[in-house]
Amino acid sequence: MTPQTASAPAAPRLLVDKVSKVFQSKSGPVKALEDITLEVTEGEHVSCLVGPSGSGKSTLLSIIAGLEKPESGRVLVDGEPIRGPGRERMVMFQESALFPWLNALDNVLFGLHLKPGVTRRQRREVAEYYLEMVGLMRFKRAHIHELSGGMKQRVALARALAPNPSILLMDEPFAALDAMTREQLYSDLQEIWRKRRKTVVFVTHNVREAICLGDSIHIMSPSPGRIEEAFHITLPRPRDINSVEVARHATEIKDAFKRRMQAIQSGTSPS
Amino acid sequence: MRRLAAVGLFFALCIAAWHLVVAAGIWSPVLVPAPRDVGLYLYGALIDGTLRSATLVTIQRLLIGYFLGLLGGLPLGMLTAKSEVMRDTLGLLALGLQTLPSICWVPLALLWFGQTEMAMQFVVIMGTIWSVQLATASGMRSVPPIYVQAARTMGSRGLHTWLRVILPASFPFIVTGMKQGWAFAWRSLMAAEIYVTILTGFGLGHLLHYGRELNAMDQVIGIIIVIIVIGLLADKILFSPVEKFLHARWGTGR
Repeated sequence: MTPQTASAPAAPRLLVDKVSKVFQSKSGPVKALEDITLEVTEGEHVSCLVGPSGSGKSTLLSIIAGLEKPESGRVLVDGEPIRGPGRERMVMFQESALFPWLNALDNVLFGLHLKPGVTRRQRREVAEYYLEMVGLMRFKRAHIHELSGGMKQRVALARALAPNPSILLMDEPFAALDAMTREQLYSDLQEIWRKRRKTVVFVTHNVREAICLGDSIHIMSPSPGRIEEAFHITLPRPRDINSVEVARHATEIKDAFKRRMQAIQSGTSPS
Repeated sequence: MRRLAAVGLFFALCIAAWHLVVAAGIWSPVLVPAPRDVGLYLYGALIDGTLRSATLVTIQRLLIGYFLGLLGGLPLGMLTAKSEVMRDTLGLLALGLQTLPSICWVPLALLWFGQTEMAMQFVVIMGTIWSVQLATASGMRSVPPIYVQAARTMGSRGLHTWLRVILPASFPFIVTGMKQGWAFAWRSLMAAEIYVTILTGFGLGHLLHYGRELNAMDQVIGIIIVIIVIGLLADKILFSPVEKFLHARWGTGR
């Protein structure tokens, strides 16, 4: 448990402040995000954004990453408004986005090369440390296309962790993997998080996955994308996605979400 | 070794079939010479030095023209990929000029440069530059945006992104463009050499042309074989290693 410093109200690690995003489509503007406010304190370890497609969860993550600009509102990290992408917020994408012209080790080194004040030796040590952590030291010279989907995401995780970001943003990183690989990664990920505590924002459409990994879960609803409800999960770790507790929580959250959606639909339809 | 034996056997069979067809006497030997006659011509041309000097003249023209074409085409392609405006202007111009068969440049080249080496090289450059430019531009544009996004989150900006991400990511496409450019350069040069006599050097195209003038079918076929062999060698020596490298790295290609 990280102690909560109640006396000095420090700025939250991450604050999304009334963020809205509009996309221009052929049939006019579409509101992707409406007035999103999300606060992640240092103690909250893993926050999951869960919602069906179209709820803007990936867009929100891109905005936090600084890859997209919101129409209104702002994002603050440790009290500082962000300006574009930054090394303290690393992203793990749905596809690995590893560079095929570099081998696994060089991919991990890419971000370290851009970090000032790191010597050649330190870079190498750090890169190998993280490759070891994700269990791919043996494959450090492998070309990217030689790796399996799960291995690619492990390299991508090592690449994202290596520059030591304070926030790790994960955009459905396991959506394209098969179930067995995914389950292995859930336990590996929890083990890695235990070793290197990070503030993680994890986007997924899978409620069970969110409960397995998250400390807090923010349910989002589509058109326009909104955060509907937040849940805190206090199940002991490591959690098993197939456990009865995870399943029970998932049912509860899904039911709550369904009721909420029905209430919204019946509430707004007469207008 | 087995593969080499298969290649040898295949071409030996081709020559044997050719020999049999000629031996059957269906066509006049003036029109279809025996493989032996073609071999004798090639041997003779090799001994008296005409083949060597013609090949050197041709290859020199080809290499100079091709590399000048690359020198122009690669930066033009990068420029074309820069923006929509560039694509609509430079890109459209290149597309138009690429569709023009490069032999069409010969009259213009002759009027501008006279019967000089420069005229020859101009035609080769015109054959190369546009296809290289277009392939480079389309390669740069097809770089997955996620690579650039990933690089930006790791702190890469501007020139660094360009040199370390966009350029290597588009390398396979650029190689395809270079290969295409090479094929166009080779075709344009042969067309130009057959069409135009230039006193500063007789290339393989001229030998082909004079073979026709002299009704020497053994020469015509012999030179065609030499041209094919040079094309094959260029592919194997210049491009195969690069393609193997790409295949190993990117996992693409054959």
